Amino acid sequence: MKGRGLHVYAICYLLFLYAPILLLPIFAFNSGTVIAFPLKGVTTQWFVQMFENASMRKALFNSLTIAISASVFATCLGVFAARASTRFEFPGKGPIMGLIMLPLVLPEIIVSISLLVVLLSIGVQLNILTVILGHTLICMPYATVILSTAFNSLDRSLEEAAYDLGETRWSAFRLVILPLVMPGIISSLLMSFTISLDEFIIAFFLAGNEPTLPTYIFSQLRFPKQIPMIMALGTMLVLMSIILLTIAEYFRRRGIAKTGAKDTGGFL
Amino acid sequence: MTTPSSSTAAHRARTAAARPMIEIKGVHKHYGDYHALRGIDLTIRAGEFFSLLGPSGCGKTTLLRTIAGFEDFADGVVLIDGQDMDGVAANSRPTNMVFQSYAIFPHLSVAENVGFGLRRDPRSKAEKAAAIEEALEMVGLKGYGKRAAHALSGGQRQRVALARALILKPKVLLLDEPLSALDRKMREQMQVELIKLQRQVGITFVLVTHDQEEALVMSDRIAVMFEGQIAQMDGPEALYARPTSRRVANFIGVMNFLPARILAETASGVEVEVPGLGRVEIPAANISQKDAGDEGPSVGFRPEAVSLVSASQPGQSRVTPGVIDEVVYYGDMTYYDVRLDGSASFDGKARPVRIAMRNVFGRDVQDVGTRANVSWSPGSLVLFR
Repeated sequence: MKGRGLHVYAICYLLFLYAPILLLPIFAFNSGTVIAFPLKGVTTQWFVQMFENASMRKALFNSLTIAISASVFATCLGVFAARASTRFEFPGKGPIMGLIMLPLVLPEIIVSISLLVVLLSIGVQLNILTVILGHTLICMPYATVILSTAFNSLDRSLEEAAYDLGETRWSAFRLVILPLVMPGIISSLLMSFTISLDEFIIAFFLAGNEPTLPTYIFSQLRFPKQIPMIMALGTMLVLMSIILLTIAEYFRRRGIAKTGAKDTGGFL
Repeated sequence: MTTPSSSTAAHRARTAAARPMIEIKGVHKHYGDYHALRGIDLTIRAGEFFSLLGPSGCGKTTLLRTIAGFEDFADGVVLIDGQDMDGVAANSRPTNMVFQSYAIFPHLSVAENVGFGLRRDPRSKAEKAAAIEEALEMVGLKGYGKRAAHALSGGQRQRVALARALILKPKVLLLDEPLSALDRKMREQMQVELIKLQRQVGITFVLVTHDQEEALVMSDRIAVMFEGQIAQMDGPEALYARPTSRRVANFIGVMNFLPARILAETASGVEVEVPGLGRVEIPAANISQKDAGDEGPSVGFRPEAVSLVSASQPGQSRVTPGVIDEVVYYGDMTYYDVRLDGSASFDGKARPVRIAMRNVFGRDVQDVGTRANVSWSPGSLVLFR
């Protein structure tokens, strides 16, 4: 049978990708302290231990603060950049857009070290604010790309029509453009949130004494006793990602249905 | 709402005497090095259906957007109803626009689209709803208010765009190629409806189009534009019958051109010699002084201003014999290319002329190669010198 090999390849590929993730919840509920088969029994003690762990809670709180702030900043700045690049012509537009995209291909370790050197030399205290700064920087290219696509697909005369019907530049933007690019804004927020949440290198260099989830998990891996709890944490994170993606996809589809545009693919 | 039924002629006579609604004086517009508008002077009267006609890139849309307030321009003045529009932004001008893409807001319902411009209107909600319903009824979309705008057909979007603009009772409605996205049938239907609507609301309409037929059908007056300048401004009949330049003649319909040799100026016109047609006196009204160009003077006539006849007929018309070179059959019409005897006498170049004949009952379509008599009259010739 033709294509059999491709079938096997596709299944192996998917197994390699997702089987480890499927193992997370299995070991998170396993009562044994060693991450190995056979499983011992069912327990929820790792979850209890996780929630009772103050430093884990601190890391989670830090990570959420950073991810929310960075995604909001990156998306706001992305809206400005996308609007400027799709609507206006100005000198130096190409190079400026190129520089915004640059962090996409710069090694993160370089970005982190340069930021660290600069911040320390101007005497900035390292804390979660500096991580937010770094994360905004690396989320900007993604936000700008997503939002440029959203702005580009708009008919330019929509805005002119609103203006012609008596609205100001700002209210025309608010009443017509903003609702129509909202799916793009939500996509950008979620994308940035996800990138920031699991970002390690910048958080490791710029957080000072503040733990974030990735740096906290990394620090705990040295203690085998903690590993079942990390499994529980991982399970929670996977669950959260699925919920977030579902919400994002719901808004994206609703946006498309509302404007009658053609569905050109999405997350799910 | 009552429809004042008035003939086109009566409407034109009335608007020709009306006050100026739009006055444009010496307007220039540059895009960088590109000179898009080169000194436009134009007066459009209240209640007129005025068209800006020209090929793409001639500046007609730029001129419309200048009236709307979307374009800054270098020199010149734009007055609307006597008010200088300098410094008046598009959102405060007494104009509204129907965009080529219609620009219907896809996230709003039909009623929300139509009522969009009423947001700052102090009237109560119920009064606004009544105004929206009235506007929808006017464009034939009664009861469509709750529908989603993105679910409408092209023709319906067009109507929503019209209702959305007209609900604000602008002094001038600007239409940017509003029918170009519709199929032929729909377009012809909308042309008639637009004329009716314009007569009904009495608002000045300014239409931009590259379709000469559309302009002829709908307009009271037409400005033909080439390269940022107005080449001719006239009523549809005058524009078609007496184009003032070869370029306008070629852009609007088909015109035959034959070289002409000027013999004498007479009291009532100019006497010329035309190969094939002989000596003709062209009446003064049919003489254009512009744009003879390198080709020298020529006479022009429309394919339907002449006809094929079986034998010489008595009367005012003259008859010239020739040979049929080509026959194109269109069902209702047949086009013949006829080489007139002696038409190559000037320089040896054969210049077949196109003749349009309606295929009425009892008239046979002629064959290629047969001899034919072409009947014409001096009054249907236009001289470009």
